[in-house]
Amino acid sequence: MNAAAATPLDLSTLLPGFSEPARQSQSCFRLIMDATALPGSISDFADLCLTPPQGIDKAAAACLLTLADADTNLWLDPALRNSESENWLRFHTGAPITTEANTATFALISSIESAPNFGEFNQGDAKYPDRSTTILVMVSSLSGGTHLTLRGPGINDEIVIAPRGLSEKFWRERDELVAHFQFGIDLILSAGSQLVSIPRTTRITY
Amino acid sequence: MNEISEIKIDNKPPQERYYTYAYLDEQTKRMIRRAILKALSIPGYQVPFGSREMPLPYGWGTGGIQLTAAIIGPNDVYKCIDQGADDTTNAVSIRRFFATVADVATTEDTAKATIIQSRHRIPERPLQSGQIMVLQVPQPEPLRSLEPRETETRAMHAYEEYGLQYVSLYENISAYGRIAATAGYPVMIDERYLMSPSPIPKFDNPKLDMSPAILLFGAGREKRIYAVPPYTKVRSLDFEDYPFETQTWDEVCALCGSDTSYLDEVVLDDQGNHMFVCSDSHFCAERRENGHLGPLAGHSLAQKSDDSNANRVLQEGIAK
Ligand SMILES: [Zn+2]
Repeated sequence: MNAAAATPLDLSTLLPGFSEPARQSQSCFRLIMDATALPGSISDFADLCLTPPQGIDKAAAACLLTLADADTNLWLDPALRNSESENWLRFHTGAPITTEANTATFALISSIESAPNFGEFNQGDAKYPDRSTTILVMVSSLSGGTHLTLRGPGINDEIVIAPRGLSEKFWRERDELVAHFQFGIDLILSAGSQLVSIPRTTRITY
Repeated sequence: MNEISEIKIDNKPPQERYYTYAYLDEQTKRMIRRAILKALSIPGYQVPFGSREMPLPYGWGTGGIQLTAAIIGPNDVYKCIDQGADDTTNAVSIRRFFATVADVATTEDTAKATIIQSRHRIPERPLQSGQIMVLQVPQPEPLRSLEPRETETRAMHAYEEYGLQYVSLYENISAYGRIAATAGYPVMIDERYLMSPSPIPKFDNPKLDMSPAILLFGAGREKRIYAVPPYTKVRSLDFEDYPFETQTWDEVCALCGSDTSYLDEVVLDDQGNHMFVCSDSHFCAERRENGHLGPLAGHSLAQKSDDSNANRVLQEGIAK
């Protein structure tokens, strides 16, 4: 079920994780919680002392160090598998890496083109919708893209975001899944040190 | 429009101590944090979690304390109230607990608090953006009195089968001419999940609707966490011919004269003399400081509560 550890772990090149896990994960969590409670608002991890390996955004790395552990399956897209990033995440979080999208608690996507259809991830159970996958999608920037207007719980009237590199097809696919609320996936978009959260309750016009 | 978060990252090494920061181990905090995020993503839905024992009295329950322990940081300002009051034994001991284990500043001032933990009340002063309200819940299931089986109530929430609750409330009205539930009056969250607002008086229900604060609910014994994000529709159940109404009083607060706050009846002697005073002790004290006087202003009870406040502030100041 879990991907075999194909790459041997080389500690001499492994980058450090949190230097102060209790303090840093607490402040990172508050940024993630704020983002989740206020969809569309940007949380910035610029002040965090953390250098993740090439291939993972600082904000996405902070999220996974804060939330993932031995109890959460982590799905990585093909570009990240067997990479320095996988070693780093595996070492610092202890999360089992899975290749089965529907067993993932968290999924990290670096290239939206090679990602599976969102329908393949866990959509939750009617009685336990919290079991759905939280998907982190790394994009090139959270501004400069097509304008999207968000409404719903956590949003005072409406808020506009403009992440780059996500097609209308991406949003349509996401909308189809969350139309069956309470089922649905919760999205976190990251770029560099910033992230924005789009839980399943958010209604998007584009 | 929402603002960009101003939370500061804390990279500082901790001081030497003989317990984990904020008491809970990191794995337990992660589990609770994941539950909080799913709770915010599915407003009003009860997320199961692996509740831990806490070294504090039962009855205050451990749900709210575990929520606070999972979110609190040294930059927070923490307020804790019990039935609206900051100075009850439980509120004081929980406030001291977090001052010690989380190096956090404490306050009685609702406006200054970033985290407000509460049993039975929501402060009178409107909550603000950036504040987190943590509510202690003994029974998270609004349908429990109608259906004892968890598998059944979980199915009712899953398929939105809330007819039973409506029938029960309606029968209640026909029997008593009003809806008898004055505390824990059920609410619909974003027109989807039926939720217990915790045992707050229904007077406080309207404060939940479109609140700018994050509302978190924790039930330790029942092992459930649920949440209402800011700016979320919270509707108290009602009927066309019996609209939802909150409690009202003919009296004003005897000490500060407020005619808008939730009042507690206080018995003054065994001759049956009594007075009504604000349940929110800080709200009442602040009004008196600002010169608002009620019909019994200067009464020994007001004096006594001011003295005990001053005393405690002094003691906490020395302890710090
Ligand atoms: Zn008063």
